[in-house]
Amino acid sequence: MNTSITERKRVSFTEFAAERLITGSGAVAILFVFLIFAFLLREGLPAFTEVPLDNLFSSRWYPTENYFGILPLIFGSLVVTIGAAIIAMPIGLLTAIFIAEIAPRWLREILKPMIEIVAGIPSVVLGFFGMVVLSSVVRDTLNLPTGLTAFTGSIILAYMALPTIVSVAEDALDAVPRSYRDAALALGATRWQTIWMVTVKAGKSGILTAMMLGVGRAIGETMAVLMVTGNAARIALEPGALFMPVRTMTATIAAEMGEVAQGSTHFHVLFAIGIVLFVITFIVNLVASFAIFRQSKRSARLLS
Amino acid sequence: MRNLCFLLLLCGLLLTACGGRASAQADAAAQKTIENTGSDTIVNLALAWAEAYQKVRPDIRVSVSGGGSGTGIAALINKTADIANASRKIKAEEQQNAEKNGVLPHEIEIARDAIGVIVNAKNPVQQLTLQQVSDIYSGKIKSWKEVGGEDRPIVLLSRESNSGTHVYFLEQVVRLGNSKDKTLFSQDTLLLPSSEGIIAEVRQNPNAIGYDGLGYITSDVTTLAIAPKDGGEYVKPSVETVNNGKYPIARPLFMYTPGEPTGDVKTYLDWILGPDGQKIVGDLGFVPLQ
Repeated sequence: MNTSITERKRVSFTEFAAERLITGSGAVAILFVFLIFAFLLREGLPAFTEVPLDNLFSSRWYPTENYFGILPLIFGSLVVTIGAAIIAMPIGLLTAIFIAEIAPRWLREILKPMIEIVAGIPSVVLGFFGMVVLSSVVRDTLNLPTGLTAFTGSIILAYMALPTIVSVAEDALDAVPRSYRDAALALGATRWQTIWMVTVKAGKSGILTAMMLGVGRAIGETMAVLMVTGNAARIALEPGALFMPVRTMTATIAAEMGEVAQGSTHFHVLFAIGIVLFVITFIVNLVASFAIFRQSKRSARLLS
Repeated sequence: MRNLCFLLLLCGLLLTACGGRASAQADAAAQKTIENTGSDTIVNLALAWAEAYQKVRPDIRVSVSGGGSGTGIAALINKTADIANASRKIKAEEQQNAEKNGVLPHEIEIARDAIGVIVNAKNPVQQLTLQQVSDIYSGKIKSWKEVGGEDRPIVLLSRESNSGTHVYFLEQVVRLGNSKDKTLFSQDTLLLPSSEGIIAEVRQNPNAIGYDGLGYITSDVTTLAIAPKDGGEYVKPSVETVNNGKYPIARPLFMYTPGEPTGDVKTYLDWILGPDGQKIVGDLGFVPLQ
């Protein structure tokens, strides 16, 4: 009797401690995000008063001579990210479909971990590969003046986003109940029709999450982009823009933060670029979770 | 029981850790350290000097780090460095900040660096005038055909705009030393984060033109001969042409100390300026002082 009470007390104490620890960790994670955002605002907002807005939103970036136009940087990030998405999304989705639906069990057991290993390659290594090998391949095959272009960056980024997309999308397809496929096949649908019109449709929200996570990784990537995109800050409003050098927001921050004088206008502008990047990522995530939210409500309605 | 064992083990580990640290401190006390930081252009040279000096004076340790000329001078002002390396002269505002902080920077020229203009080995162009290099980098000349080469577009390569080499090239080559000139690098210029990146692209790309410190240029790219004036003599960069002033794109490299150097720092700097130190300058592809 006596022992069981102390035992229960001990259990409830561990329970109590564990619960608080988990709550605490969660709270700290959220607190950090807020602190980072507050710091970003504190260092970045002065840029909007120190630099005249027509300078800040011009198309010339040359900070050592007081040209602070951030438009070419935003343009550069968008071009590289859209390029990466165009390359990575179809390949990622098709790979996920192959692994989840078509490949035999044993092949699947090999393929999935292998694709996840790709995610572990450091971005500097990929950047170096892009700089030394890929850039000349791109230049020679497409007959461009230089191989250090947005397109080269997009290929490297697509490669980095693929493991995320494949892995998450494959999980989503895997989670679709067996009975859906059986029902489709029983109704006389072919295998391809079953995959495309039933399984993929049912796993849509998970696939969308996969795409957004992949794109999120691409837009925030720094090192590889810094090494292969050529970093020329100019806006090329023409169809061939993907095949020209660009300068992204992340590469600009990484290349210039190291030597900028703390508290100078240039320093504040770099943080302002950080705010812009934060806002763009935030919007991407918001759109993604909104789409997923709507999706889940619809499927809930359908099933009820 | 298992807990006790673990505790004992932990105590043992802590004790050895403390012991280790104590002996390391004793070593540091016997050895004097000179903090040397700054320009990335000079960092390899400074490292080679520090290594060689270790054999001359084992009791003195020179600790070298890079980060850029600005970083080095900032460290000098904040009194965290004994010697700051700079590939440019100290700026007026830096001098003021230093004096405000009670530091009087003392300048010593320690070597010279020539900046070579490089093109791909397949490019038939072997020489350019300074004016042509300026027009190429400001975007007025866009094809190799205009300077006697093949009909190919010119791809401009440069270091990032905060590098001392970039600033020197902008002022002395693109603006031809005219301080009122506000010309900038063409917007099409690719800004690469490292010397390695520039050499790698020039090596592969027959359209490219780049520039870099002589010490970084490898033999598989073509270093152009440069004429200071139209119709002038075309000169390739070398120890001789830099020291007799014929090669136009060369700059002095400096070390700054807080006030006149004294004691160990002075003996180190004297050794650098002496024959042993200057031999290393030549070995690394920089230009020794005469």
